[in-house]
Amino acid sequence: MPDPNSKLTDSPTRFLFSNRFSLPFRPECTSCISTVTVPITFNIKTGSTTPIYKQITDQVRLGVSTGRLAVGDQLPSVRALAEELVVNPNTVARAYGDLMREGLLESRAGRGVFITQKRKVFSRAEGWRRLEPLLEQLIGEAMILDFTREELRAAFEEKLAKWKQPEGGKSDE
Amino acid sequence: MNDDSVIRTRGLTKYFGRKAAVYELDLDVPHGCVFAFLGRNGSGKTTTIRMLMGLLAPTRGTGTILGQNIRALTPEIRARIGYLTEEHQLYGWMKVKDCGEFQSKFFPKWNSKIFNGVIGHFGLKPAARVKDLSRGERAGLCLALTLAQEPELLMLDDPGLGLDPVARRALVESMIYLTRKSDRTIFFSSHHLSDVERVADYVAVFDRSILRACCPLEKFQDSVQQVRLRFPGAPPALPQIPGLLQAIRTDNELRVTCVGYNGATESILRTLSPLELEPVPLGLEDAFISYLGERGEKTFILSELEAKA
Repeated sequence: MPDPNSKLTDSPTRFLFSNRFSLPFRPECTSCISTVTVPITFNIKTGSTTPIYKQITDQVRLGVSTGRLAVGDQLPSVRALAEELVVNPNTVARAYGDLMREGLLESRAGRGVFITQKRKVFSRAEGWRRLEPLLEQLIGEAMILDFTREELRAAFEEKLAKWKQPEGGKSDE
Repeated sequence: MNDDSVIRTRGLTKYFGRKAAVYELDLDVPHGCVFAFLGRNGSGKTTTIRMLMGLLAPTRGTGTILGQNIRALTPEIRARIGYLTEEHQLYGWMKVKDCGEFQSKFFPKWNSKIFNGVIGHFGLKPAARVKDLSRGERAGLCLALTLAQEPELLMLDDPGLGLDPVARRALVESMIYLTRKSDRTIFFSSHHLSDVERVADYVAVFDRSILRACCPLEKFQDSVQQVRLRFPGAPPALPQIPGLLQAIRTDNELRVTCVGYNGATESILRTLSPLELEPVPLGLEDAFISYLGERGEKTFILSELEAKA
């Protein structure tokens, strides 16, 4: 019955399950593991030139600006996210702290951490400064890959049309 | 300096013969943090830990651990410290579960749930003989024996040594699990900077028996900076730069790495009138390597290499 080809696809799942962090001595504490479904999957890399706390803040900012995270969405608790990402809870706390100071997140006593009204995070000038190199890179790559200007423009428009309008985006002028 | 220190040393020094293994060490480990003790092999990390544990008498200097003089540690104080040695010393004839049984008698707060949890996490069978265990399994068993003591302070001497990536992840997860109780302090030495990046609040960097940095992790990462300078021709001679760690010279480029890069450093570099001056971000590993690697100026000029070839 076992399909010999299934081996390849099977093993990663088994791997994940058997190594899922489930120390059976995790006592009292099920309440602090957030059960909310969070519409964002964090992806943390060590050995990067970007510190871990900054990778977290960047990913939340990206989620908010692309509309993947909407106002009122709940993020995991500090403890839950730290255990999920296997990083020091203080690192997560620092990232959340930065986002709260920026007005992107708020902590509601006893309930958790939520995305708040989107505020303008960067000045226009800073926004351009961050966007420029990405545009350069996009256009450069497209030219190397022999796309025409028209193709690039069309692809860009198409993507843009599909992009979900961020919630609370009206106030974003 | 800080009354909240779990470990504090002043001028702690250890000589072996005429060689200083640890020289004039002033260390403060804040309560409740995860403290990574870094340094190259033979830089004095294990000697420091053995002195802190009262296993090795310092040549001079003072130290306290959990508020008690390291020269006069009582069994009560030792029972509050979980110490994992580098060598993973175990009795080969015992079974895994016997080790737990044996160890439990020495520690009043022994928690067998934790012991079983950790050996399960490392995939160890309770009935296995210690002498048949692999290196990683022995490490897992030693960790279980240490964590089950529910110590206030964990002293882990290179706990990641010889572990495979999966076992190391289990180790890091166990450490993060322990931070659940905020009164726990973890002091560990390691060469695995990716693990350090995940768990550490503080880092101390040891270099040839001298402590060269002791600060929050991100501060260390922030203060080691690299800049790339491009020149029309061969780069000019480098002036005095405070905090210079390394300068690498190529045909028309100069890469300068220094500690505490700031406006003043930049204006010194600007006097060389480079075509371009560009900061290069460093990851923790690169920062660490340039911090502890060979200091001074290095030259990599391609034409010279070609000439030799």
